[in-house]
Amino acid sequence: MFDLISGFFRDLYETTGWNFVIFYEQYEWDRFVDAIWVSLYLIVAALFFSVVVGIIGAWAQGSPIRALRLLMAGYIQFFRNTPPYVQLLFFFFVLGNLTPKVDMGGYYEPMISSFGWAVISLSFFAGAFNVEIFRAGIEAVPHSTREAAEALGYTRLQAYIHVILPLAFRVSLPALNNNLVNLVKTSTQAFAIAVPEMLYTLAQVWSDNSNVPEMMIILFIFYVGLVAILVFGMHKWEKNMRIPGYG
Amino acid sequence: MIKTWAKTALGVAVAAAVGFGMVSTAEAKNERFMEMMSRGKLVVGVKADYKPWGFRDPSGKIVGMEVDMAQDVADALGVSLELVPVQSSNRMQFLQQGKIDLMIATMSDRSDRRKLVGIVDPNYYTSGTNIMARKGAVKSWEDLRGKPVCGKQGAFYNKITAQRYGVKIVAFVGNAEAKQALRDGKCIAWVYDDSSIGSDLASGDWDNFEMPLASEDDNPWGLAVPLEELDGIWGHFMSGMTYWWHSSGRLIELEKKWGIKPTAYLQHQADKFKFEHGHLK
Repeated sequence: MFDLISGFFRDLYETTGWNFVIFYEQYEWDRFVDAIWVSLYLIVAALFFSVVVGIIGAWAQGSPIRALRLLMAGYIQFFRNTPPYVQLLFFFFVLGNLTPKVDMGGYYEPMISSFGWAVISLSFFAGAFNVEIFRAGIEAVPHSTREAAEALGYTRLQAYIHVILPLAFRVSLPALNNNLVNLVKTSTQAFAIAVPEMLYTLAQVWSDNSNVPEMMIILFIFYVGLVAILVFGMHKWEKNMRIPGYG
Repeated sequence: MIKTWAKTALGVAVAAAVGFGMVSTAEAKNERFMEMMSRGKLVVGVKADYKPWGFRDPSGKIVGMEVDMAQDVADALGVSLELVPVQSSNRMQFLQQGKIDLMIATMSDRSDRRKLVGIVDPNYYTSGTNIMARKGAVKSWEDLRGKPVCGKQGAFYNKITAQRYGVKIVAFVGNAEAKQALRDGKCIAWVYDDSSIGSDLASGDWDNFEMPLASEDDNPWGLAVPLEELDGIWGHFMSGMTYWWHSSGRLIELEKKWGIKPTAYLQHQADKFKFEHGHLK
């Protein structure tokens, strides 16, 4: 791949001055490819865990146990009312120092890396919104349906898993879609705690090579592409899950 | 017919726009200088987070060695001074976009940067690449191989140490975060510029740390004017200003004032450019 395109982009630089250094210098190319993977891992992990947090949270929110409900309300207030950037810094610099670490002689290998903190922070941030999104979906499930499930002998958890969530999920998908698109874009803030994702890497590349406009273009194409793929997938899912006559 | 004509015109316009955008004009202009003199104010881009070159004092005012230099320029021109804080990653863009007239922002002078901004000769300072680490943790550059080393995003020390010694650079947005990460033990060392590390160590906040290695590279620092004006009045004026700073010993004086480790370069330049009044006789 690299050998295939490097000639073209080197020529492009020499003839027009457009410096897409990541496509013709081995060192920058390797950094760029690493950044693609780190970004994808970060986004996929955060998407997955944020949805898990949302599903569990929405269930806990309707729990008959008061303490659990209060805990959920506290969690949502905390994460929804603080900027994700501040959360990242807080997690990394404050909580990061309280977690166990291994002395490597001169520095410490932490149990949770900056990547790990980014996944945790972003999942909880987007998760707080997902909880509310799923709650809206759950409230849209008719009360009679819930009663019918109860009459059939379902416990609260069983009814949630087999009856309410499948219906609520369909109602929640458009709003969930929105929030997940936001999460993809928020993932760039992980650069604050030195997670070598796309923005972090390209910012370093443009500082080293003074080619800001070119790298900005790459950055835009990358995120437009990622969000397009996500939205396409979510729409497809929405369509496939549609129940004729419902909603 | 009209359609083909429109297409051709559009093609020419796009080609011209691309051409003008990418090829720097060699012609010197004085627009910015004239505008600056008529408004009676010099706008200088300086660092606000790089002690002691440009930083905020407890009252929030930007002070430092480069700020004093900026003041010298304003005094020499007889205009007032406005300071704009810049970052390593945006300082050249600020100058290109006309947000600042002059940039004195701890910038290393490199050939690719000379294509973008008008770096004025002679250089006003030089520094080297070095690290700060816990006492006894690092004995040689080779000790760093494969280990996490903190850096500042946008600093070019990152790439050269990564390529030369295979260190794993962990770069943060600001110097403060990167040095906090070093203090927390998130990395074995903080790679940066020896003059900045020297002033940190001198500040007394870093008692358990040291600068254990011999500095590498001799990075000359360049102040810059807009590229088009390098060969105009503005560029020539700043060039003369820099000669005066060297020959008068003003930079050595400022270095002392701000507690920067004396560099051989400044002494050498001062000796070289020293103005002998005897020549006038």
